[in-house]
Amino acid sequence: MSYSREKKEYFRKLNREIRLAVVKMIYEARTGHCGGSLSAIELVTTLYFDKMKVDPSNPKWENRDRFIASKGHCAPTLYAVLAEKGYFPKPELSTFRRFNSNLQGHPDLLKTPGVDMSTGSLGHGPSVGIGMALASRLSQRDYYVYVLIGCGEMNEGQIWEAAMAAAKFKLDHLIVLLDYNRYQLDGAMDEIMPLGDVAAKWRSFGWNVIEVNGHDPEDISEGLDQAHKMKDIPSILIARTVKGKGVSFMENTHVWHGKQISEQEYAQAVKELAEEIHA
Amino acid sequence: MPKMVAIRDSFGQALVELGRENSEIVVLDADVSSSTKTALFGKAFPDRFFNFGIAEANMMDAAAGFATAGKIPFASTFGFLTVLRAGEQLRSSIAYPKLNVKICGAYGGLSDSYDGVSHQSVYDLAIMRATPNMTVVVASDDILTRKAVKAVAQYHGPVYLRLCRNEVPVLENEDRTFEIGKGILLRDGSDVTIIVTGILVSKALDAAERLKEEGIQARVIEIHTLKPLDEELIIKAAHETRGIVTVEEHSSIGGLGSAVAECVVQHCPVRVEMVAIRDTFAETGPYDALLEKYVLTNHLIERNCRKLLEI
Repeated sequence: MSYSREKKEYFRKLNREIRLAVVKMIYEARTGHCGGSLSAIELVTTLYFDKMKVDPSNPKWENRDRFIASKGHCAPTLYAVLAEKGYFPKPELSTFRRFNSNLQGHPDLLKTPGVDMSTGSLGHGPSVGIGMALASRLSQRDYYVYVLIGCGEMNEGQIWEAAMAAAKFKLDHLIVLLDYNRYQLDGAMDEIMPLGDVAAKWRSFGWNVIEVNGHDPEDISEGLDQAHKMKDIPSILIARTVKGKGVSFMENTHVWHGKQISEQEYAQAVKELAEEIHA
Repeated sequence: MPKMVAIRDSFGQALVELGRENSEIVVLDADVSSSTKTALFGKAFPDRFFNFGIAEANMMDAAAGFATAGKIPFASTFGFLTVLRAGEQLRSSIAYPKLNVKICGAYGGLSDSYDGVSHQSVYDLAIMRATPNMTVVVASDDILTRKAVKAVAQYHGPVYLRLCRNEVPVLENEDRTFEIGKGILLRDGSDVTIIVTGILVSKALDAAERLKEEGIQARVIEIHTLKPLDEELIIKAAHETRGIVTVEEHSSIGGLGSAVAECVVQHCPVRVEMVAIRDTFAETGPYDALLEKYVLTNHLIERNCRKLLEI
């Protein structure tokens, strides 16, 4: 369903606030992953604020939709979104990566309300999602399992093990979202480990492939609607994104995968994000 | 001759019984279900059996996913594959988030004897003991395996259950109770203590019987749970006898011998002699021959007991 002008405006403001929160968390912590957190923001907010059936007052509700941040280094984005949803108070975001914090460097199921799976090491999410989706079917529930993966993450062989299995088990309630920003820690994905035609690969594994603009909530939402219509076939949204989206000097480079933000850089980033220069 | 039963059969049948009693049980296997005998469960409950093909990492993480949704998954494949091929998965997705997954290491120790080193599992217990949040249980005979399967299903949390492929003697005392973390006093004695885990229990009891003919009273304790360890029972034996001989089908590094030594050195230092695989891979051959060559070596249990009494 297409978005009204009000809804577009709502998401524009929301995504700006989440971006500012993410950059602030990483700046204050003096450690964290900016590039891949910023590229994933629209994917995560569109899920949590438009699509997912969740109840922040009952994070373990059995029939909730599940979200797995398989690219767990985007933890700041997940935490900012969970706080915005009301799973925990927003001031807690300032404790990110601090000693004794509930907000660990990578998501921890046992520590943070709303986190459905502990992640960090790459390549696990789709497999865990398979177990969740099979359990859903077995218990005759109808929740969806959304798994966010990164493009470098597809270097992991286990991603393709999961691709085979999800098709075998006909998991139409498993939806993978690929944050396709084309960079990984050491460089551009085409240099580090070329993957060729990613869409063709997933199709050949038996998946329904939907390509969207990963920074356009309306496009993401329509892609998800399409995925929800599929029967007996798992879907992947290949979301074209920009690593470091929204901050000029962080965009389209691997350098900001996991770099500390200086005071000056932070001031510049906040200025650009507040004024939406690169929106 | 004692009755002989293959532990994999006991395991497969126990899973079926468990499946009847509890509808939350699901079983996952990685294309070895006719070997591990989880196929029996698959036949009885096809809706709750999932064959993941030869992709152990994916299977282990899927088991974690099942557990997040309240199911009780038994994830089964050869022991070395659970611990090594899927070792990072069970660390990151099962042990760290304390998920209720039962990791079933089939063909433990040297029991896949003819397949050789590639299929044998001689340091799985070391890795699993060192994994935080993991409970480590070793099956020893038909009766104990059946009891262990039920007990680990009732326990909430990650468990590694080490199994065995082959036929092993069934111990006579059928009434021994199985409680996770509690050792079993199989035979009392005041001179020396033999502490054993896994299918070598019958060998330990045989050794104690032979020692009796020489006038040596050996206590025999079965430690089926390596973690948490029954320290009380071990410390008592350390106080009451003149030394401990540990017996296991596992490397001397990190298994039962290490666990017992770590315990007594802190609470009641006594001599500990280990009957175990000496930091080596084994080879292809008959199971009994491998056990003799790599573990039991010319009555090593008795020789070690005598050695402790000579000092």
